[in-house]
Amino acid sequence: MNNILNQIGIENYIFLSVILFCIGVFGVLYRRNAIIVFMSIEIMLNAVNLLFVAFSTYHQDAQGQIFVFFSMAVAAAEVAVGLAILVSIFRNLGTIDVGNLKNLKG
Amino acid sequence: MDTSLVLVLLLAPFLGFLFNVFLGKKAGKSIVGIVGTLSVFVSFAMTLYLFGNANQEPVVINLFDWISIQRFNVSFGFLIDHLSLIWLLFVTGIGSLIHLYSISYMHDDEKMHSFFAYLNLFIFFMITLVIGSNLLMMFIGWEGVGLCSYLLIGFWYKNQDFNDAAKKAFIMNRIGDLGFLIGIFIVGSLFNTLDFTSLKNIITTAKDINDFWIALAALALFIGAAGKSAQIPLYTWLPDAMAGPTPVSALIHAATMVTAGIFMITRLNFLFDMAPSVQNIIAIVGAVTALVAATIALVQNDIKKVLAYSTVSQLGLMFLALGLGAYEVAVFHVITHAFFKACLFLGSGSVIHGLHGEQDMRKMGGLKKAMPITFITMLIAALAISGIFPLAGFWSKDEILMTAFHANIALWVIGSIASIMTAFYMFRLIYLTFFNSFRGTEEQKNHLHESPSLITLPLIILAILSFFGGIISLPGNSWLNKYLAPLFSKVVHEEHQFGNTEYMLMAIATIGAIIGIGIAYKKYLKDNTIPSEDAEITGVTKVLYNKYYVDEAYDAIFVKPVNVLSSFFRDSVETTLSALIFGLGKVTNEIALQGKKIHNGSVGLYLFAFVLGVIAIITYLFL
Repeated sequence: MNNILNQIGIENYIFLSVILFCIGVFGVLYRRNAIIVFMSIEIMLNAVNLLFVAFSTYHQDAQGQIFVFFSMAVAAAEVAVGLAILVSIFRNLGTIDVGNLKNLKG
Repeated sequence: MDTSLVLVLLLAPFLGFLFNVFLGKKAGKSIVGIVGTLSVFVSFAMTLYLFGNANQEPVVINLFDWISIQRFNVSFGFLIDHLSLIWLLFVTGIGSLIHLYSISYMHDDEKMHSFFAYLNLFIFFMITLVIGSNLLMMFIGWEGVGLCSYLLIGFWYKNQDFNDAAKKAFIMNRIGDLGFLIGIFIVGSLFNTLDFTSLKNIITTAKDINDFWIALAALALFIGAAGKSAQIPLYTWLPDAMAGPTPVSALIHAATMVTAGIFMITRLNFLFDMAPSVQNIIAIVGAVTALVAATIALVQNDIKKVLAYSTVSQLGLMFLALGLGAYEVAVFHVITHAFFKACLFLGSGSVIHGLHGEQDMRKMGGLKKAMPITFITMLIAALAISGIFPLAGFWSKDEILMTAFHANIALWVIGSIASIMTAFYMFRLIYLTFFNSFRGTEEQKNHLHESPSLITLPLIILAILSFFGGIISLPGNSWLNKYLAPLFSKVVHEEHQFGNTEYMLMAIATIGAIIGIGIAYKKYLKDNTIPSEDAEITGVTKVLYNKYYVDEAYDAIFVKPVNVLSSFFRDSVETTLSALIFGLGKVTNEIALQGKKIHNGSVGLYLFAFVLGVIAIITYLFL
């Protein structure tokens, strides 16, 4: 494991993670299709997971990897709930364009 | 055995109250009268039994611990000793008579059941006041009788003047009550107890007592007593309290409630003995009150007002005796005063009843023939209060004056002048009411009649008591003094050597009374003078007739400034404050209206704001 880290270097993992996270953020902000927004959120989660794993290896500490398991489990649950919500939104409104979801207007 | 007796004694009037309040209207007037009177009579019977079987030792009954904080302990208990028995006797005894009288007097009133309910409640609280074993129990009764007094003064509440009189009485009493409360607090913090028996033990045995705090406590308690017993400067409520029905004036504002202050000081005699400076104040206040009230009574034309000022004056004499440490003399005068003043009030009630509500003596006269029993009983009571040998008032007033003579000549002079005035105004009342020709309307004249026997019977009993009441404390061999002796820590007032001085004083007092009666006789019977109409009164008489303008002065000094202050607060302060508060509300509302626009429901915008926020936080935390 250490070899891989030595070959590639921790900085690159961090860069990759930051890039992935930013992609996720921009995806959330710019795309209007709810499913793509959802996928972008998953990308952000995975960026964080990647960082966890990288640092876990770097510090020789398994805690980070354990966190990732939790994170993935929670993400799976979240996907299930989120998709269910999306389905019911689609059934009610006939669209999943987040621009049309204006019921929160104050 | 004792416990149940005392509970019956205490609760009988309360049950009467409950009955009259909840069932009185349905039960009808005769039942209301019977229940009300009987419940007080039961108390009287219990009192007689207790009185007959009382030992030398006081009986203490503790029902339960009421307040218990660390070492400070107040029990819900009763103390039956000679002092409370004396008071119980005349409270329940005269109370029964006045209830009996009220059956007839109030019979035409549609709210007779509430009248009897209040009277019963009053007796209940008065008994509580008298038999409470500590200051707090006394305070319960003290406030309770004040409440009943308020309710009964304002009994005919449709007349706004009567309501004002009731409020005045209540508020003046509250001022006194504040003094009483402060006194209780000081005593409680000094001695960690409010129980009379323990207080007496502590105070009489302790050596290192702080004189200042004792004096302060005594002064505060005296203010309480002055409020309840209508002494200067808190006396103005009592004459106005005559707005209530006459039996109320007789029971509450002559015989019982107004003597509560004297009872309290007598109960705490050991405390007042430790504060000679306060005793001086009490004596002076008493003497001045006696004189001032007597001068006002000289010129009043309302029959009940004369009696009211006379009551204030007599209470002043009692306070004079209290201030001189002659507690048993004060108690003696309380008892005889209860007899003859109740008789006078009930008699005046009988006159008012006969004239269908007329109270102005200028419109009376010549009632001697029409109302012989009322006339004779009131004459006896008037002779008694004037201090004519050998009626009850002679002995008690004479003892007060003798005590004053031995203590301070000036006080004796003031007391004697007040007594001469008493004789004058009482006989002014008698002559104006009962002699010469009738000055009322023809219609009233045709309806003149003696009151029914339910009214005259209490009058006769009270007249007999006024006549013979003196025998309980004849000089030289006083049953009352011996009976009360265990109560007093030190004997200040020894039995006087009965010598020439005493006979001389008695002679002076009697001659003074006869002079007073003589002047009244000359002026109102021989010359047939009738007091002039209100508008024509001038000079000194006008000042006296208007009661030295004390009410007006109080109005100007206390009431008006308070009114000005409150309207200032209402008009300026409250307006400003509410403008501030409402302004704050408006600003918030405006901000919200503007801020609401951001919430346009676009999820994209929310997310954008969210991301911006996160970035801002991160920037702030790490950079």
